[in-house]
Amino acid sequence: MSEPLIEARNVTRVLPGLVPVTLVQSVNLKILPREFVAITGPSGSGKSSLLYLLGLLDLPTEGDVLIGGRSTTNMAEDERAKVRLSNLGFVFQFHFLLPEFSLTENVALPMRALGELTEAEIGERAAGLLDSLGLADHRHKRPDQISGGQRQRVAVARALANEPPVVLADEPTGSLDSKSSAQVFDLLRSLVDERGKTVVAVTHDLTLAARMDRQVRIVDGRIVADEKTTPAPA
Amino acid sequence: MNLVFNIAWTHVRTRARQTLIAGFGVATGVGFSIMMASLMEGSQDDFVKTLVNVLPHVTISDERNRPTLQPGEVRYAVAEIHGLTPEVRRRGIKNPMASIAALEAWVPGKLTPSVTSKGLLRYAGRDVAVSITGIDPRTEGKVSNLETQMRQGSLSALYRATNAIILGDRLADKLAAKVGANVSISGSRNIRINGTVVGTFHSGVRQVDEGAAYVLIKTGQVLEGQTGLVNEIRARLNDPMIARSVAARIAAETGYKSVSWEEAQEDLLSAFQVRNIIMFTVVGAILLVASFGTYNIISTITHEKSRDIAIMKSLGLTERTVRRIFVIEAMAIGLAGALVGSVLGYFMCVGLGLIEIKTPFVDATRLPLKYTINHYLIAAGVALFSSVVAGYFPARKAARVHPVEIIRGAT
Repeated sequence: MSEPLIEARNVTRVLPGLVPVTLVQSVNLKILPREFVAITGPSGSGKSSLLYLLGLLDLPTEGDVLIGGRSTTNMAEDERAKVRLSNLGFVFQFHFLLPEFSLTENVALPMRALGELTEAEIGERAAGLLDSLGLADHRHKRPDQISGGQRQRVAVARALANEPPVVLADEPTGSLDSKSSAQVFDLLRSLVDERGKTVVAVTHDLTLAARMDRQVRIVDGRIVADEKTTPAPA
Repeated sequence: MNLVFNIAWTHVRTRARQTLIAGFGVATGVGFSIMMASLMEGSQDDFVKTLVNVLPHVTISDERNRPTLQPGEVRYAVAEIHGLTPEVRRRGIKNPMASIAALEAWVPGKLTPSVTSKGLLRYAGRDVAVSITGIDPRTEGKVSNLETQMRQGSLSALYRATNAIILGDRLADKLAAKVGANVSISGSRNIRINGTVVGTFHSGVRQVDEGAAYVLIKTGQVLEGQTGLVNEIRARLNDPMIARSVAARIAAETGYKSVSWEEAQEDLLSAFQVRNIIMFTVVGAILLVASFGTYNIISTITHEKSRDIAIMKSLGLTERTVRRIFVIEAMAIGLAGALVGSVLGYFMCVGLGLIEIKTPFVDATRLPLKYTINHYLIAAGVALFSSVVAGYFPARKAARVHPVEIIRGAT
């Protein structure tokens, strides 16, 4: 069995306050290479909270999240940012593209932040990513000049900019119509099948989840089921 | 282009109107600061220059630093004598020419003897109290600008008539005395002589032009009733700024009261210091107020951009990088404001320099302005610094944004 790319060890996240709210409780989870994992559950069950913890966007109150076998609990914020930049790609329900920048510039942003490539290489890779996602004709447009589905594809391209092994997606099709939704799902599927990426996607759409390789079900912050999806009969 | 600069520039560029307003605020502050500093320092310098030109740099008078000692006090070191009037001393500086020769050996400048007295001029039934100075026309030109200030006649004209007198132009107007007029001159010892007006001068200082007159030393001695009297030695130094130390040394060496032009005008110069403090306070306040505009725009941008900041941080941009973006935006506004403000300040100075104005004390056809790079550097530096400080706080707040809170809020 290969080493997990992300591992949650007994992770708990409690929101402090007058009445503390437990978002995630004692979660143990391993994300392996080339997996397409669905995190499902009812609204408010802690799906997104778990994803943010796995993506180092939030800190666990207890437990540890390991990225590539490295503990992140005691990492400084800058170090966590760097791990995010090079190891994880994010796709959210809304595209969150920077509105004043062209699509190429948006895709180039993580590469420029990482600073490992020259401007020419960055431009080339950004253009290549956009081309591969069918956005070749829109490279120089701004986000408000393309459709919602296209924006979400640009967000995927941005998530792939630094060639991270894992893409974390939070309701990636949540704000899209059924056609765009299917396109984005197929795109995520192709990341696993063709690019060898690992995709962890939060979704409340059980039909989509059923088309992924593994389903992790959360209720009240706890994992209640973690199973491989049974392929539908032909 | 560097990512940080790229994002900062895009923010500033896409909010052109707000950026322009903030930049204009800074520019106005810088412009007015430069203009104020230029005007204040210019008028101060002009006034000091006029004083330095008109007044002797060091005046040695026949007053002693200490009262005359009684013979008993001179004889016995421990003697203490009460109830005696101090010994009457002959007026004037002892051996004035020898004293001048001794001083000329080390004083860096020129010296001339003179006799000063208070007197009264009478002409055509008008009496005007004046300060009369007996001068040596051959050396006067070396210690004062009187020669160049002559409007009618010349200093050497003092030799051409008996009891010749040169009047300040306003004094001549007051008396309605023209060159050639015979005026009656009364000294403080009730000695009255008749003199002839041989010239007029204009110093630019109203007090002097209205109340000063020059005669030959000999005439001054007649008016004071003492032959050979010299009660004042005036010195003009190569560097007027060392007058204080030169005066102190002269006083120590000669025992006579020696006053530099700075000491003579101490009240005025102190007033300038107070004025400068007020000026810098006002200038600082202007620039501080201007920086509020920068604070406002950066706060607005960070507020509007909180979602972008969250996504940038979620992608992996560090707090430092985010903070730098907004500090650079503030710097860009400050820098643009400082540059435009410097140009604005220059043209405001030029415009102000065209205004004609007259004060009751000093003639000035134009407002005196001082052009120095320091005003520009200080105003631009303070503007830039206050812009960076004004931008830093909203930038720090923006950098501390927790991406999850914003992303959750957005979804």
